[in-house]
Amino acid sequence: MAILVIAEHDNENLKDATHKTVTAALALAKDKGCDVDILVAGKGVKDVSAAAAKISGVRKVLACDHISLKRQLAEAMQEVVVPLMDGYDAVLAPDTTTGKNFMPRIAAMLDVMQISSISGVESADTFVRPIYAGNALATVKSSDTKKVITVRPTAFAPAAEGGSAPVETIADPASPSTSEFISEELSKSDRPELTAAKIVISGGRGMGSGENFAIIEKVADQLGAAVGASRAAVDAGYVPNDSQVGQTGKVVAPELYIAVGISGAIQHLAGMKDSKVIVAINKDEDAPIFQIADYGWVADLFNAVPELEAELTKAGY
Amino acid sequence: MKVLVPVKRVLDFNVKVRVKSDESGVDLANVKMSMNPFDEISVEQAVRMRESGTATETIAVSIGPDKAAETIRTSLAMGIDRGIHVKTDAEVEPLAVAKILKAIVEEEKPDLVILGKQAIDDDSNQTGQMLAALMGWPQATFANSIEKDGDSLTVGREVDGGIQTIKVTLPAVVTVDLRLNEPRYASLPNIMKAKRKPIDAKTPDDYGVDLTPRLTTVKVAEPAGRTAGVKVADAAELVAKLKEEGVI
Repeated sequence: MAILVIAEHDNENLKDATHKTVTAALALAKDKGCDVDILVAGKGVKDVSAAAAKISGVRKVLACDHISLKRQLAEAMQEVVVPLMDGYDAVLAPDTTTGKNFMPRIAAMLDVMQISSISGVESADTFVRPIYAGNALATVKSSDTKKVITVRPTAFAPAAEGGSAPVETIADPASPSTSEFISEELSKSDRPELTAAKIVISGGRGMGSGENFAIIEKVADQLGAAVGASRAAVDAGYVPNDSQVGQTGKVVAPELYIAVGISGAIQHLAGMKDSKVIVAINKDEDAPIFQIADYGWVADLFNAVPELEAELTKAGY
Repeated sequence: MKVLVPVKRVLDFNVKVRVKSDESGVDLANVKMSMNPFDEISVEQAVRMRESGTATETIAVSIGPDKAAETIRTSLAMGIDRGIHVKTDAEVEPLAVAKILKAIVEEEKPDLVILGKQAIDDDSNQTGQMLAALMGWPQATFANSIEKDGDSLTVGREVDGGIQTIKVTLPAVVTVDLRLNEPRYASLPNIMKAKRKPIDAKTPDDYGVDLTPRLTTVKVAEPAGRTAGVKVADAAELVAKLKEEGVI
């Protein structure tokens, strides 16, 4: 049969997490010798579908365009995906808050035990996934005939573009969503998205206040980096929840991660320890973050960060 | 409104996770176990609803070995009215948990099931959504605010981009995120009082649910470790190193 990937998008742009999920799906498809299709479910998704059709290795794109799918709420997604599964062996979605929300509903309706947040594909039925906040890696084999899988995007490279798959429109969902969208307060920022950024600079409790984040924002702007935070900084109200990097926040794996005033609780490390290069700036030389940092700088962040900014300016950033 | 609160006993979040040398799993012998931190938040929420009069009865459920009763007892000490303990020594996957909870929901007929968004052992993040699907109920996951308004709930959800607010008609399933509330510590008098609160002992067979796992653990391994690198003395040295690495 075939494998279905559910696209991550905001009705305007296709998100990079989709390309990474396609990579995981192609690995599965290779072992099974089958095709990969993409489902774009949303409202006004012509552009998103066209973007999905460009991903290499994709057989076709299914587009479902309906008002009840605008926010991709779980009940509506279930209505669209479950009937489609007669024609698929596996369904994959990124483990973003959207995917995490609707995928278990689909699994339950198919009587399948979902495999959450996979970081590796061993074969068509065997997968690697982090457990205990990434402190252990479990290899699990599924005996379900159909597989329902969420994919940790940071663990897979994005699938290349250059394809030209046909886009097929499919029937509207049978019944409307039983939950109703009221409003959304999305953080606005000109900086790159945390999970897609090549460089991330994060502040912790040591920042002392939300205003003090201004000093790391300056460095972020010099480097074109995203700004993150530890749970402690979010709990203290310095920055909004969507900046949280960690087990319960976002998992990031940029080329460069700069941790400023972050002690390095297990919870935080779970969200960033797969970064290529880690820099820690902390005045406490015993902070656990130094045990995993490639470059540690023991210094008061309020001196160190402006110094770093000046040095970067000097270097032409 | 009747509220059902499923709770799970897990390795305490402060305990260092050790992978067994034969790679069969994580060592859970003689280590501190506690209530899943997200479940503490759902218990706190249910107790607050009970105290404000929004909830008329609160029931905690745990599925697990004899010691899972201790986790139920903790929730009773925090203020939950009574407990249901579904005893099993088997490892129960989220799908089977959701099926047992469905049977309990059909028996107890709660208006709201509120639970942690994920357990910090297997990090699955599935049970609430699966229960909602099996019941055909709406769901509001990752809640950081909950307000009752007639026969519906307005729930603020922590999503990747910020906060999304949705409305669900009761009965519904809500899964909670970290910032919904700060769970209380049980006071000594309440711990004593909790000892007299009833806990029904049940088994998965009572609910006719097949626990046969769908996933087999092939192995559990230690992730590739990172080692401490070098210390830099100043910004110039750091920038030079990062240029060498080619990351800036």
